Amino acid sequence: MSGVLIAEQSLNGLQFGLMLFLLAAGLTLVFGIMDMINLAHGSLYMIGAYLMASLVQATGSFWLALPLALAATAAIGVVLEVSIVRALYARDHLTQVLATFAIILVANEVVRLIWGPQPILLAPPEALAGPIELVPGFQYASYRLVILGIGAGVALLLYVLVARTRVGMLVRAGASNREMAVAMGVNIRLLFTAVFGLGAALCALAGALLGPVLAVQVGMGENILIIAFVVIVIGGIGSIRGAFVGAVLVGVVDTLGRALLPALFGTFLNPQYASSAGAAASSVLIYVLMAAVLFFRPQGLFPARG
Amino acid sequence: MARHRTLVVGALLVALALPFVLSATGHDFQIVFAARIMIYAIAAASLNLAIGYGGMISFGHAAFFGGGAYMVGILAAEGVGSAWLAWPAGVAVAALAALLVGALSLATRGVYFIMITLAFAQMFYYVFVSLEAYGGDDGMSLAQRSGLGFGLDPSDDITWYYVVLVLLVAVLYLLHRLIHSRFGRVIVAIRENESRAEAIGFPVYRYKLTCFVISGAIAGLAGALVANHANYVSPSLLHWMQSGTLMIMVILGGVGRFWGGPIGAFVMLALEETLSGSGVLGAYSVHWQLPVGIILLAIVMYAPQGIAGAFRGRNA
Repeated sequence: MSGVLIAEQSLNGLQFGLMLFLLAAGLTLVFGIMDMINLAHGSLYMIGAYLMASLVQATGSFWLALPLALAATAAIGVVLEVSIVRALYARDHLTQVLATFAIILVANEVVRLIWGPQPILLAPPEALAGPIELVPGFQYASYRLVILGIGAGVALLLYVLVARTRVGMLVRAGASNREMAVAMGVNIRLLFTAVFGLGAALCALAGALLGPVLAVQVGMGENILIIAFVVIVIGGIGSIRGAFVGAVLVGVVDTLGRALLPALFGTFLNPQYASSAGAAASSVLIYVLMAAVLFFRPQGLFPARG
Repeated sequence: MARHRTLVVGALLVALALPFVLSATGHDFQIVFAARIMIYAIAAASLNLAIGYGGMISFGHAAFFGGGAYMVGILAAEGVGSAWLAWPAGVAVAALAALLVGALSLATRGVYFIMITLAFAQMFYYVFVSLEAYGGDDGMSLAQRSGLGFGLDPSDDITWYYVVLVLLVAVLYLLHRLIHSRFGRVIVAIRENESRAEAIGFPVYRYKLTCFVISGAIAGLAGALVANHANYVSPSLLHWMQSGTLMIMVILGGVGRFWGGPIGAFVMLALEETLSGSGVLGAYSVHWQLPVGIILLAIVMYAPQGIAGAFRGRNA
């Protein structure tokens, strides 16, 4: 277990965490402001990745396709909000679960119908295909580095948007007390649609950037959705800051756990059990983290409601 | 009330006669399908206890369902073939898991509770995915159904059908007694107004946890049966899509209505069976989830009270 491995895995964890943040940010706002449970958030992530793959093929350029995929997914998100999700805000959580679960089923099958059941290939831009030497003796995939940079940049932008602008103020007002915000004359309908569209665009960004690293396939959204839930529960529903801290925490803990635990177990277990026990332990690590946070702070680390 | 009793007796008679009717008309394979519906009816009824009566929207019941199934599978792999040992063990494991998840999750409410039960269930899912000794991701086959003794042959489909029927009736009787007992009334009172129940002096947390554990235990029984039914267990039994499916059954059948679970299980599985066969959609039957999703959306938009609610009055 060398320092290089730990450094590399820490960077991977940070990168995964930032992508999780893109998903969790939209999700936490939808939960926090609209008090609405949205399982279909992962579907937007999947749709974003698929659109990206097709647009890369069509345009021949990764960087040209990226904004197009973002815009297209945001448009799909807005249509979804206006046609179905809007009718769900006033309903109970159970109905929201049923409806958004149904949206998952529909989205998965539509994607299967259009793109087929096999995972599809989304290649990183050619200029970023190789590794780059960060410090002498330490190589790191340059594409992952770019993901890191974009993730950090978008996180910063989002922070400025929510903490420093008028729109952000409305969003925060909605998250901490929706009735009061409505009473103060906020056009909450428009705000909801905008937040949902923004959330969809962030999903697409995560899907498009992670596509070349993970596989673009049906069901990709569901797996990452649960991790985004864990992030939100840890961070506190409705809090962008909480989502950021939670996402980085979960990303780093999960990645480092997967890389290091099997080896760690190997030091005191025989190898046959160590790999199996290590895999099991590392896959439950983030849930144990969530349980621990909940035990001490049931409202998460940064509760949005006072 | 009398009409209700007639319906129940009628349904029981139909259930008792069904295997004979099916085998006389040459639909033997439908007996197995009917047993599967009854197993899911048990699971959905258990979830309805938590959601409908206890007001606890558990999105993690697949963990208890799959936990019970894996207990039977693991015991079978280790040479314990008696249902009298394996099924209670499955129930016990599910109850223990429900105690653990419930104790941590019940400190929260609303969307938090939904997400946390979901996340914990997914944790159990990953544990079983990484259990290479018991099949890991691929799951494992069981050599045969757990033995019942008394000269009963569980591998005979008609015998198996009646075993499942007896258990379904027993579970429904138990749930009926429970819901109409003092405990059941307290649980409903807590669902209606938690702070009022607390103010009256009921230990709300303990009541909810007990209800959650009973619900998990019954889901474990259904899981034990499903392991035997298919002679196969896999992590997909614990996957959150499974929790979602159980939840859909409850919502379809009617949340907090006594027959909601069984009706929902029947409707959902019948729908799945019809659409995934080649009869309706032909070459597109692999995409059967698309019409299911559209139907569910239509129900959400136009029949918010579920199927039981659409046909009946307020009081079930």
